Amino acid sequence: MSTAPKIELSGVKKRFGPKIVLDGLDLSVAKGESLVVIGGSGTGKSVLLKCIIGLLTPDEGTIRIDGQDVLTRSQKDRQKQMSKFGMLFQGAALFDSLKVWENVAFGLIKAQGMGRAQAKSIALEKLKRVGLQSDVADLHPDELSGGMKKRVGLARAIASEPEIIFFDEPTTGLDPIMADVINDLIVECVRDLGATTVTITHDMASARKIADNLGMLYDGKIIWHGSKADIDQSGNAYVDQFIHGRAEGPIKMALRSH
Amino acid sequence: MNIFAIIGRLTLDGLAALGRLSLFASHALRHLVLPPLFLKNIGQQMMVIGYNSLPVVGLTALFTGAALAQQIYVGSERFNAESTMAAVVVIAIVRELGPVLGGLMVAGRVSSAMAAEIGTMRVTEQIDALVTLSTNPYKYLVVPRLIAGVITLPGLVIVANIIGVFGGFLVATQRLGFNPGSYLTVTMNFLEVTDIVSSLVKAAVFGFVIALMGCYHGYYSTGGAQGVGRATTNAVVSAFILILLANLIITITVFQS
Ligand SMILES: Nc1ncnc2c1ncn2[C@@H]1O[C@H](COP(=O)(O)OP(=O)(O)OP(=O)(O)O)[C@@H](O)[C@H]1O
Ligand SMILES: [Mg+2]
Repeated sequence: MSTAPKIELSGVKKRFGPKIVLDGLDLSVAKGESLVVIGGSGTGKSVLLKCIIGLLTPDEGTIRIDGQDVLTRSQKDRQKQMSKFGMLFQGAALFDSLKVWENVAFGLIKAQGMGRAQAKSIALEKLKRVGLQSDVADLHPDELSGGMKKRVGLARAIASEPEIIFFDEPTTGLDPIMADVINDLIVECVRDLGATTVTITHDMASARKIADNLGMLYDGKIIWHGSKADIDQSGNAYVDQFIHGRAEGPIKMALRSH
Repeated sequence: MNIFAIIGRLTLDGLAALGRLSLFASHALRHLVLPPLFLKNIGQQMMVIGYNSLPVVGLTALFTGAALAQQIYVGSERFNAESTMAAVVVIAIVRELGPVLGGLMVAGRVSSAMAAEIGTMRVTEQIDALVTLSTNPYKYLVVPRLIAGVITLPGLVIVANIIGVFGGFLVATQRLGFNPGSYLTVTMNFLEVTDIVSSLVKAAVFGFVIALMGCYHGYYSTGGAQGVGRATTNAVVSAFILILLANLIITITVFQS
């Protein structure tokens, strides 16, 4: 192999108390690739993203970004690496003390030291790309609908045009038309900015649209990893059950009856 | 249930919390001296801690000073020592009651608010979002609150001291028939520089404690709305206890007989 993958995980383990969430997980994402991770609720998809970006520290294993092992580096180095990343959180995680445009411009102003006027015009442009007009810019997050918050979070994640962008359920809570606008936007980010993206979604239509490759997380491991074209012939009973949304199959949902 | 296991568990939990607090405080102090400083955040926090606390601190001082004067008058009447009343009032207010009551009132208002705000930011992943936007949460959230606490509390306590002495003055002159001029003369004569300095040092320490407890409990809150509620309570209770403990230590150190 000539070039190292953009993101490479091997043997990553993460537990919370007795609960093992990631159990020796291997994954690699090439530069400019759009990977979609699917998997049941509570299987650790969000934890996976947080481990890669450095919000959580795995108990075991290695994570390489651009070929460099990030876990052995100092906290300070990891913070410097952070400017490579953008992340849309599952719950949007907007700063509720700041206006919408200040949320979007936050990284530009605070981390890059850009002037407010210039940062605002970039923020307005990003907001437009996620389908929000400038009258939203001066509102506070608590005045927005759930789907609008998600789109502001998306605008914030892409505002500084990072090399690696994580989208944690970008289309959940959006109407189908807006969901497709967001799908297009993610495709554009990969195509125009050359960004490497990892997207978590339960929405198979969206997965098919934005993915180059898909990976399925189950029981703490990536049990299937392949290109979008192969997903329907994966020959993997877990993947088949998931993409067709069947209650019967090898995946047992942890339902409790009491 | 093994009693030793329970004691052991409690001891370990206590030590773990102490270690985490020390680590938190040392992180915060390190970021306090390293640039950049978020000046706008410091200004905002000074408004919240200082200006918005003025009414409650002022009223507390006024009522306490007045009640104190009445009690000292009644108590010292038996020894015909009413003339020392002004001296006792000013010393009690400036050395102890001004900073302690001021500190406690501000702790009740501010530690809880800080813990609730930062705790909410924690459980809604806003602190994680700060990190992903290359902004250190200690710098952005904790340091401005610590600085604002240390700067504003002395100012508030000066106001509390003045209003407290004025409360005593009101009772003495309006109710008990003291001569205003001589009451003030006694007040000024008995007040020493050490009293004022110790009062301000206490205030600064309390300001630090108040902000530290609010930030620490908020920062480590877990478990949704209930967790934030718990963090709020813990912040106030621990700030109260640490203020009273710090006060005792400073008093013993400064005022040795
Ligand atoms: N900070 C934490 N402390 C303790 N347990 C955690 C923490 N974060 C996640 N978990 C646990 O890890 C498991 C995986 O959580 P995660 O949020 O990654 O799920 P997910 O795959 O993103 O699910 P969903 O599709 O519902 O978002 C869950 O069982 C959760 O309880
Ligand atoms: Mg999730």
